[in-house]
Amino acid sequence: MYSLDRRVSRVFAQEKSTQTVKIPLRFFTEEEALIVAAAASRIFPSDDSGPGAKEAGVVIFIDRQLAGPYGRDRYRYTQGPWVEDAPPEFGYQGKATPKETYREGLKGLKGFDKLSPEDQDKQLTQIEHTHFFALLRQNTVEGMFCDPLHGGNVDMVGWQLVGFPGPRMSNFNEIDKHYGEAFRPKLVSLEQVLGHKVHPSEDEDLK
Amino acid sequence: MKNLPPTDVVIIGGGWTGLLMARELGARTSLNIVVLERGGPRKPGEYLAGMDELDYVSRLRMMQDTSRDTVTLRHDRNGRALPVRQLGSFLPGNGVGGTGEHWGAIFPRLQPDCFQLHSKTLERYGEKKFPEGHSMQDWGITYEELEPFYTRTERQVGVTGKAGNISGKKIDGGNIFEGPRTGEYPLPPNAVPYISSLFRDAAKSLGYHPFPNPTALNSEHYTNPDGISRPGCAYCGFCERMGCMIGAKAQPTNVLLPVIRKLKNVSIRTGAAARRIVYDKATGGVKARGVTYISESGEEVFQPADLVILSSWTLSNTHLLMLSSIGSPYDPATGKGTLGKNLTHQAGANVQIFMDKPLNKFMGAGGVGIRFADFDGDALDQSNLPFLRGGVIQCLSIGAQPIAAFGSLPSSVETAKRWGADWKKSSIDYYDRTGGIAFSGEQIPYKENYIDLDPTYKDFAGDPLLRLTINWRENERKMTEFMNAKMVEIARAMGVKEINPFAGYGNYDTVRYQSTHLQGGTIMAPSPDIGVVSPYLQHWQAPNLFVLGASTFPNTGSANPTSTALALTYRTADAIVERYLKSPAPLG
Repeated sequence: MYSLDRRVSRVFAQEKSTQTVKIPLRFFTEEEALIVAAAASRIFPSDDSGPGAKEAGVVIFIDRQLAGPYGRDRYRYTQGPWVEDAPPEFGYQGKATPKETYREGLKGLKGFDKLSPEDQDKQLTQIEHTHFFALLRQNTVEGMFCDPLHGGNVDMVGWQLVGFPGPRMSNFNEIDKHYGEAFRPKLVSLEQVLGHKVHPSEDEDLK
Repeated sequence: MKNLPPTDVVIIGGGWTGLLMARELGARTSLNIVVLERGGPRKPGEYLAGMDELDYVSRLRMMQDTSRDTVTLRHDRNGRALPVRQLGSFLPGNGVGGTGEHWGAIFPRLQPDCFQLHSKTLERYGEKKFPEGHSMQDWGITYEELEPFYTRTERQVGVTGKAGNISGKKIDGGNIFEGPRTGEYPLPPNAVPYISSLFRDAAKSLGYHPFPNPTALNSEHYTNPDGISRPGCAYCGFCERMGCMIGAKAQPTNVLLPVIRKLKNVSIRTGAAARRIVYDKATGGVKARGVTYISESGEEVFQPADLVILSSWTLSNTHLLMLSSIGSPYDPATGKGTLGKNLTHQAGANVQIFMDKPLNKFMGAGGVGIRFADFDGDALDQSNLPFLRGGVIQCLSIGAQPIAAFGSLPSSVETAKRWGADWKKSSIDYYDRTGGIAFSGEQIPYKENYIDLDPTYKDFAGDPLLRLTINWRENERKMTEFMNAKMVEIARAMGVKEINPFAGYGNYDTVRYQSTHLQGGTIMAPSPDIGVVSPYLQHWQAPNLFVLGASTFPNTGSANPTSTALALTYRTADAIVERYLKSPAPLG
């Protein structure tokens, strides 16, 4: 279980009430989840420029991704021979699945969540050029800005940061207006638009 | 092996060209037609529930399943080819409708001189202008011959735009450099979003001739000659890599499938992965007998047929012919053989621009934007330039999605790291002020850019993967350098102060998305010694086998290939219905 302090709010509203929700983990141990949450918070911190990975529930997003088809490389070509030192223009050529990369990478971050922010940054800087960090960084951005149906971007806090309104059905009347002015319609998530639950790809592996 | 009862026609691949052929042969003849599609069917409401960047844009839900089948790639004949383990630089689709479901729907015609690349270059510039190691040749068909089929395609698909040349008369506001058209586009242009309007005005102020992108994105409600009605685009921004939730973007499943569903003589078999075209030896070549495939349940099946249409995606067309041992594999050492020859991927370059004002860039649709063609092919005098050919420069409003769009920063903004507080703050600040200008140009075909079978890596069925040998060469490097300077000039004219120019070509990069416009491999040619198929797309060695799609293009244009692939399909369909069926022999 992972405890997410869920402050139901618009980003810049002055809401004080915080409720804690317990969310069952699918892949991470609790110890791992705390480390991932802490690391994601250094990649996308909560600060004066707005909420970050903590409020968006990025760790929940990553946990679900790793427990699903993405985590086990369902769609990647995974036949050998493996050439691990390939030039970057060939993409990731390693054998490890995202699941394995996280499990292995997290071993090197034991106790990370207990460190000061400065020490945390130092440690992340040391692993900055690893495949594990590249995944962690990319998955953190995904967890910030994905549709909330994937477990991240809770209350659409990520979308609010950048003025992305979500799956609005039509911009027909607006597309050639608002030249040079911010047009920021009300945000909607996909499940709000549809009025029912969507089964995302990461749920395919759930029994 | 399970043997099925024979059918008249088997079509391999249920994308744009395969379904157009199924619609034509199905409606105009009483032939029994089976379409084999390796992917699944489309479900009602699927695209509405698919307005989800993560599953569709990041995780590529609609694309070819690379765990089963992919390609390997190397940069030269002596290099080591590695598998494209995850799709990146190009995105072939999967399932009924194929790549035509998730495309951006830009729909220009090829420039007339593209069809006669060799002879027109020789005529205008002489032998000395040909880039080193080129393998340019003519198609054996002219723009004028194809024009009626372009017109028919545009009406069927529903294409927006503004004509710039009707029967030789140049028209302001359209592409005055395009080949002569017989009429206006079926639909008016799409709306012009803010950034595209700035680009249009700047291009005009510099003396260029901007025009709205021709697109297969309805600008208003449209009913095609088949009576298929589709609504105008809502510019929702959930477009590329997704299917359209309202059917405003033309897709095989909303333009062709509604007609095909009513035809009792056409059936579409999904989950059917073609493995071989089976043939007998015949006088002067071979006679195709049918197709073997692996069914959804994993069973090997033989579908006999009198006529075989190969209409899968560019690379899969070449793959199946190679696995089937039909035709002569191309050998770059000797220049002999034709199958696998002239692999090209359109050249491209992007310049990032950072504006002062918000762009509202969540609004838009795949191909919506403004372009100009003053540097395109014959419009540009290349006599004194260090490269041959050219392309178009455009400013698109595709509808930005935040996972992909977040984190673009001008090089002037120093953030030590690509993560952390400073990076986050600057990325938020620049998010809705970041746009781009893009160049889409030609890649000359080269003797050393080609396709064969990989000696090491296998697909899900144990067959060798296709191996691409491809790289950018001097001509594309110099061309994009020139276009980069022009794009920077336009950006300045747009009032942009912060510009990230094109970084220049390194080696061909399999990771960064470029376009899905790979071409060649089974090229058409006026004679069998230099091409796989005839200009009627009929296999030179197997008269009852036709190959459709961009795999038949001997070279790229700057134009996106789908319009030309469909126009050629119409021409072939007419030739089959009007001539081949009466006398199944090579079409002259």
